[in-house]
Amino acid sequence: MPKKLVLERPKGFYEKFERKPGDKSNTHYCPGCGHGVIHKLIAEAIEDLGIQDRVIMVSPVGCSVFVYYYFKTGNIQVAHGRAPAVATALKRANPKAIVVSYQGDGDLAAIGGNNILQAANRGEHITVFFVNNAIYGMTGGQMAPTTLPGMKTTTTPYGRDEDNEGPPMKVSELLATLDGPTYIERTAVWDNKSIAKTRMAIRKALQCQMDGKGFSMVETLAACPSGWKVDPKNQYEWMLENMQPFFPLGVKKDIRDERESWHRTPRDNSAEEVSEALDLNVPDPKLFPSEYKKDSYRNPSIKLAGFGGQGILSAGAMLANSAMEQGYHSSWIPSYGPEMRGGTAYCFVNISDQEIGSPTVSHPDVLMAFNRPSLEKFEADVKTGGLLMYDSTIIDVEPTRTDIEVLAVPATKIADGLGNTRMANTVMTGAYLAQTGILSREAMEQTIPKALKRKNLVDANYLALKAGMEFVENQ
Amino acid sequence: MAKELIKGNEAVVKAALLAGCQSFYGYPITPASEIAHAGALFFPRLGRTFLQAESEIASINMVYGAAAAGERTMTASSSPGISLKQEGMSYLAGAELPCLIVDVMRGGPGLGNIAPEQSDYNQIVKGGGHGSYELIVLAPNSAQEMADFTRLAFDLADKWRNPVVLLTDGYIGQMMEPVEFGESVGKLPRKEWSLTEGFNMDENLVSSIFLDTDELEAHNAHLQAKYRKIEAEEIRYEAYQCDDAELVLMGFGIVSRILRSVVDRARDEGLKIGLLRPKTLWPFPKDAIREVAGTANKILTVELNFGQMVDDVRLALNGSIPVEFYGRQGGNVPTVEEVYEVAKTHLSAAADVSA
Repeated sequence: MPKKLVLERPKGFYEKFERKPGDKSNTHYCPGCGHGVIHKLIAEAIEDLGIQDRVIMVSPVGCSVFVYYYFKTGNIQVAHGRAPAVATALKRANPKAIVVSYQGDGDLAAIGGNNILQAANRGEHITVFFVNNAIYGMTGGQMAPTTLPGMKTTTTPYGRDEDNEGPPMKVSELLATLDGPTYIERTAVWDNKSIAKTRMAIRKALQCQMDGKGFSMVETLAACPSGWKVDPKNQYEWMLENMQPFFPLGVKKDIRDERESWHRTPRDNSAEEVSEALDLNVPDPKLFPSEYKKDSYRNPSIKLAGFGGQGILSAGAMLANSAMEQGYHSSWIPSYGPEMRGGTAYCFVNISDQEIGSPTVSHPDVLMAFNRPSLEKFEADVKTGGLLMYDSTIIDVEPTRTDIEVLAVPATKIADGLGNTRMANTVMTGAYLAQTGILSREAMEQTIPKALKRKNLVDANYLALKAGMEFVENQ
Repeated sequence: MAKELIKGNEAVVKAALLAGCQSFYGYPITPASEIAHAGALFFPRLGRTFLQAESEIASINMVYGAAAAGERTMTASSSPGISLKQEGMSYLAGAELPCLIVDVMRGGPGLGNIAPEQSDYNQIVKGGGHGSYELIVLAPNSAQEMADFTRLAFDLADKWRNPVVLLTDGYIGQMMEPVEFGESVGKLPRKEWSLTEGFNMDENLVSSIFLDTDELEAHNAHLQAKYRKIEAEEIRYEAYQCDDAELVLMGFGIVSRILRSVVDRARDEGLKIGLLRPKTLWPFPKDAIREVAGTANKILTVELNFGQMVDDVRLALNGSIPVEFYGRQGGNVPTVEEVYEVAKTHLSAAADVSA
């Protein structure tokens, strides 16, 4: 008795297309459309390779927007042209998945041109099935980057004019010039032989991803009789005659044998591992009590100003850091916006036993001026009764205000005496600490090693801090 | 755990990693790049993904893919970059994908400048992309809140399956303040709807397309019902010295820090001025505004733009009391003194009205 042959839909497809409105058994593609054949070849490959429960199909925008109606796999529908970007992240998040981007020529070569180029160049571990039918189907037969010269479309009613629209884009050849991709082949579905080759190429591309060998793409020339306004029974002759000369078939790149196999296992980080990596395992700082010398020194807003390179920002950060360690609210903000102009770099530091409101104020309680322009520019701003400290080695004029407390500190001279002129900022900090009593020497010494990037300068900074404090104490 | 003196922008990254964020997809832009720099430093240390994408558009679509795969994911950009991401944000909202988008606002329109502005309020809070959707919008005003709201953002995003935006500015991002980071989250629950390993092939579909008109209407009705629930449950704000205030100041982000100083100064001088600061810009604290309007006779909204949030304040009050506006622009930030003087004129005017 002859064996009964049952023609079944490949398992890569849903048995019934439940997501499709209306008819649940046939696709939405037009008679003669190439998508149907390519879908079937992919569905069969998915079944035969045993990867169905790992495949995620990325549906593009275009005629194949409804890929998710058909493939019994994971499914995601994405924005026009962005399938390679979405696929990139899907694969990185779910490395065991077989991520398949299915795109047409408008989606991939026009609006998504950069996305495919970059994903290919990064060598993303994804597989792209690129259906080239030389036209936009879904939106009504407009010109694609792959539309042939002279070909009439709804947006090239006189035929594609190379002077106006340029020549057709050969995407496979273009991507094959990159070092990133692994396997790129152009195939066609115009006769049994070409379909058989497409079948093989699709399997090779999927296998490439399964083996962790990197980016694979199959470009398949396919028919769009509706868009071309060609009778489906003549479409294959049309393709052979018109498309084949422009889009030569064949393997454009194949370095699967040279590629190392890539496998990524996501890590579950322990809480300990996370804090370690984020440098959060810092012991609680020690508290060193200190007393304000005057009540007006409490809760200061401090402006530090000088030339870039004088360590203004780092001195401010050191103060804010140490204040934080001693339990104060503190804030540090660099000069920002239009005030950055004009030869001065400055930062604002607030130290308070209250919550800090505005991180900058027009009239600071304290000004530390490290150069003449800063003194001249900001002296007038100091709050009445406030404190003005300036580097009297560098600044050859004297402040004129009489309603504020003025302290001249030869910070640069003291720093020079210690052998490093760049310690003037720490000398000034020491002088400020001694003058106000806001923070103890021990507190600042605790902060210095943590705040300094160059650890070999720790001892020198200790000396500068001490020298600055002693300058005030000995006055 | 000891506090760390850290820039707001960097605090976002540490908080995100502590919240279990697995991937960062971004594109360089000032003044948001520090977030990317910190991301590039810290994500790989934990074997997590940091990828500098080819464009803002690619990065938001990568976020779409990572969120679809069920992991916590984020991107960060600044105003012009956010404009480019708007299509992707609409898709994320439509497909109900949870993620964090940080917008460190800068001056516009066009290339504008890199100084702080708050002129993205409309494009973020009003949904700059296509379709009727809402983003949950958090407005931190300190480095600590940059960290806290980042963690909150991931929780809210997962709870509501909705994108969350951290709307901030270069000022808050650049400022270093003490931050206390909490503990790292443990293993997060599997998202059954997602395309994570072992997904359901029949049911799991991530999509924002509903070809059938009735289906799309139903989907939108579902989204709107969700938004009403979020409005009922997730409004957050801070009322400072509002109980007896005759004039209530409103502002968010860096402006609210200045306004707090204005209030402190006013109170020192016996002036009844308070501050109402939205922490969530969407959902917007409408009821809280109506409540302060019970005692106050005027509201002054201060923003770094030409008046965006003020529209929502006016809508909330529907003309019940006057709502005034004061704004600076182009990257200029008003001083405490400047706002104080403006507030005083409104306070005396308000007193006249009540007399």
